[in-house]
Amino acid sequence: MARNITYREALREALREEMDRDKRVILLGEDIGAYGGSYVVTRGFLEEYGRERVRDTPIAELGIVGAAVGAAMGGMRPIVELMTINFSLLAIDQIVNHAAKVHYMFGGRFNAPVVIRTASGWGQLGPTHSQTFEAWFAHVPGLRVVMPAVPKDAKGFLKTAVRGQDPVMFIEHSLLYRNRGEVPDGELLLPLEGAEVRREGRDVTIASWSRGYWLAMGAAEELAKEGIECEVIDMRVLRPLDIDTVVRSVEKTNRLVIVEESWRTLGLGSEIAAAVQEHAFDYLDAPIGRVGSAEIPMPYAKNLERLIVPGKDEVVTAVKDVLRREYATAH
Amino acid sequence: MEKLELLDLYRQMVLIRRFEERAAEQYAHGKIGGFLHLYIGEEAVGVGAIHAMESRDHLITHYRDHGYALALGLDPGAVMAELFGKATGTTQGRGGSMHISDVSRNFWGGYAIVGGHIPLATGLGLASQYLNEGRVVVCIFGDGATNTGAFHESMNLAAIWKLPVLFLCENNLYGMGTAVEHVSAVRDMAKKALAYDMPSAQVDGQDVLAMHEAAKQALDHCRSGKGPFFLEAMTYRFRGHSMADPEVYRTKDEVKQYLSTDPISLFRTKLLDEGIATTAEFDEIDAAVEEETERAVQFAEESPVPDPSTIADHIYAEPAPTGQAVGTSRRREDHGA
Repeated sequence: MARNITYREALREALREEMDRDKRVILLGEDIGAYGGSYVVTRGFLEEYGRERVRDTPIAELGIVGAAVGAAMGGMRPIVELMTINFSLLAIDQIVNHAAKVHYMFGGRFNAPVVIRTASGWGQLGPTHSQTFEAWFAHVPGLRVVMPAVPKDAKGFLKTAVRGQDPVMFIEHSLLYRNRGEVPDGELLLPLEGAEVRREGRDVTIASWSRGYWLAMGAAEELAKEGIECEVIDMRVLRPLDIDTVVRSVEKTNRLVIVEESWRTLGLGSEIAAAVQEHAFDYLDAPIGRVGSAEIPMPYAKNLERLIVPGKDEVVTAVKDVLRREYATAH
Repeated sequence: MEKLELLDLYRQMVLIRRFEERAAEQYAHGKIGGFLHLYIGEEAVGVGAIHAMESRDHLITHYRDHGYALALGLDPGAVMAELFGKATGTTQGRGGSMHISDVSRNFWGGYAIVGGHIPLATGLGLASQYLNEGRVVVCIFGDGATNTGAFHESMNLAAIWKLPVLFLCENNLYGMGTAVEHVSAVRDMAKKALAYDMPSAQVDGQDVLAMHEAAKQALDHCRSGKGPFFLEAMTYRFRGHSMADPEVYRTKDEVKQYLSTDPISLFRTKLLDEGIATTAEFDEIDAAVEEETERAVQFAEESPVPDPSTIADHIYAEPAPTGQAVGTSRRREDHGA
């Protein structure tokens, strides 16, 4: 049996199940207790699990993440919540120079199984609160980076991350918390690897993740009405990146569009495009199409913000563009 | 303290001193690369503090870390082999001089981002407290680290959660080549604990017994559940910041003046004056250390370099995931497409 629940509820289930299972699992973060979490993921947890396990921290991301990494080294299973991914920059030394390094640089003698939950997203929040930094973390060997798009992955990935042995950047999206989806009953543990083909199609492959995946699905539905069949891949896990699934799809469709919410320059899309041309050059019938944010800091005004972030229409245009290019050469 | 214990403290300090003199020599011979930060002059701090620790206590330190490793009893051969970048080194040539560790002794290693390990110490303290282990975390850092946000965030966190962490600051008066008065609003680092309502003390870091006693009291405080403690050890680095340091920022006179505070000479003289040990006994220890360090150099020299096939080991603690990349490029005709 499966239930139709929200992304937020899926996360809450994962947290609750893992906290019930293992007393070493604790939560740390700003306003996760009395306030209930800025995205309300941990509401009620303080009352349920107490102050020892649900720790409201000072506003000090570096100190919080470092403490969680140290606690993980010392035998705990800490889950840190960083209110938004913008604030992860304050903790990046602990994530990159410490969490991602201790296992390797000390010769594999100990590890730091810490889960860092944070949220990407935007919504008239201005230049410093609307950024998308998954590529910064996916760049680093030693980290695992996941960015679930659907409730099932949100739950299954989070539970696996908590039980895993490595540091995990678990990136949610503020505009997905209310999205609903099927989540199977019972224990749900999904390995932190592998992209998933969520819609099959013969004409174009669209690779995307997080909210970008929903844009891709929306575009695919619209294009289907015109007889264009898109194959939509949810990348889901950004390190390790599953290029193989994209390559196999491109071998079938011969065209690729990558959809991301971040700035395209040196983003995940750059890496996917580079890897696909490396491994499937002969299969491509058109240059790889890319959809991303305009390379401008995010302005506050609603009309300007809409000009920055890609929407479904940009994806539709990009798909038609890679198809047109093929026709231009074929005829 | 018993005579044997006193002589062992002397032995540890001489071992660190001689080990590092040999390391400096091997660095000059090109056997050791990159950075090499010597602890010479500061030996009493690490030796005194570590002697006060229980074996279950955690130790986490900055990158000037050979001394702590040796004081904890790590094999000097394995430490030297690490400096040589050999497979038999403490981290099999992965970390090098700045990242010596031995988790079997609860030594979580040296860290090379100034202040970066201090948050980890609070985390280890949190684990000890939460898991009710009774361990105290000894976190050693320099005066320079007390100007970082990592330090202040961690001091605050340790204080509000009453974590069993001994913050041990080695004030050697310089952050690399910058004198402390140019970069710190206060000269006494212990004053920084006041902001967190954390008890603190200052101790003569050149006096190994004073150091031991101060650390013991601080550890007792932390172990009793009263929360963290800040201990400032006043010391001086006799050598440059690293082997690359031309030492233009301090005068030869100043260094000469501080050489009179050599912790080894002071301790030796004290034990001689008090009739606790004889010159012959010190000579015997010195000779044994000489042999031990020679063996360490030989061991490092003769050890194999790391096997290149192991280069990607331990990036992740779980088996390498599949799908990181596809193997080889495929051409359309290969698949009959």
